[in-house]
Amino acid sequence: MIFIGALVAVSATLVWRRDGIDGVLKILTHDLWLFAEIMPRVLAGCLLGGFIAEILPHEKVSRSLGPSSGLKGLLIGTAFGAILPGGPFTAYPVAAALLTVGADFGATIAMVVSWTLIGYGRAVAWELPILGTDFTLWRIVISLPIPVLAGWLGRFIFVRMYPKGEPS
Amino acid sequence: MTVSALIIDITLWGSVAILGFMAWQRGRVVLVSSVREGSMDFINIVPRIALGVIGSGYIAAVIPPEVITGWLGPDSGWFGVLTAVIAGAATPGGPVVGFSIGAVALKVGGGSPQVIAYVVAWALFAFQRMILWEIPFMPARFVWFRAAVSVPFPFLAAAIAMVIGKP
Repeated sequence: MIFIGALVAVSATLVWRRDGIDGVLKILTHDLWLFAEIMPRVLAGCLLGGFIAEILPHEKVSRSLGPSSGLKGLLIGTAFGAILPGGPFTAYPVAAALLTVGADFGATIAMVVSWTLIGYGRAVAWELPILGTDFTLWRIVISLPIPVLAGWLGRFIFVRMYPKGEPS
Repeated sequence: MTVSALIIDITLWGSVAILGFMAWQRGRVVLVSSVREGSMDFINIVPRIALGVIGSGYIAAVIPPEVITGWLGPDSGWFGVLTAVIAGAATPGGPVVGFSIGAVALKVGGGSPQVIAYVVAWALFAFQRMILWEIPFMPARFVWFRAAVSVPFPFLAAAIAMVIGKP
């Protein structure tokens, strides 16, 4: 967060040098507005994460999405990421909740990567109208194996980095 | 924009209501503790999101989209793929910006494998999304691990695109 804060400070200074105080204030008001707009969604995402952490039975999650869930766990993670509704304000709190209830890095990586690459939300709302149907479908077909492969690679490296399990 | 935002809000709060009902069926204690947990997460995350949202506007203002389009250029081959991947990670702004730059690159003669690599890299590593969303919500170790593990895949996508050809 310190790094990000420094980056923001440098960028804001550059904007100020280039566009003066008006430029700085214009971006600030726009972003404050955006911030107010997404706050309720962030709250909804956090509540979703809270409910999932309480409702999902831990043993069941760690069996189907845990370190020894095999290919099936990666496929479940991929499918879950692809059908998850909403935007980043749901995907990341839900992914964090899955981690706390026993999903391993591999299955969670599969879920997050699947959400960004084959989640229908962004593809339908933005990619189809801008890049066209042919390109979008072609891109999604090419992307299909990536979540499972990324999850598998994550698992493969994870057990070699932390042979005794995740350090806390 | 407003219609899709409305649909997003309805599905989102609908899911919250359904899961909340399920939690309530497990008993009041479950409902109360999950709502408390969710609210605590929210309170912890608000300042970080504030920094991300307000800050990334400035970062985006410093990197104009023309710079990114320039990087994507029509030159093909693996060097083009590499530039496309870096450009994808450096692209600021929301989904409109990333996809529009991809569309512009296709129009000005960028190769399809390069544009695929760009879109995939942008989906995987766009710094603004990582700063704004992924790092505040997820354990930092997970985010770096996820990003590191994802590095080969824009290249893989470009390779597949080269093999199977254009649509």
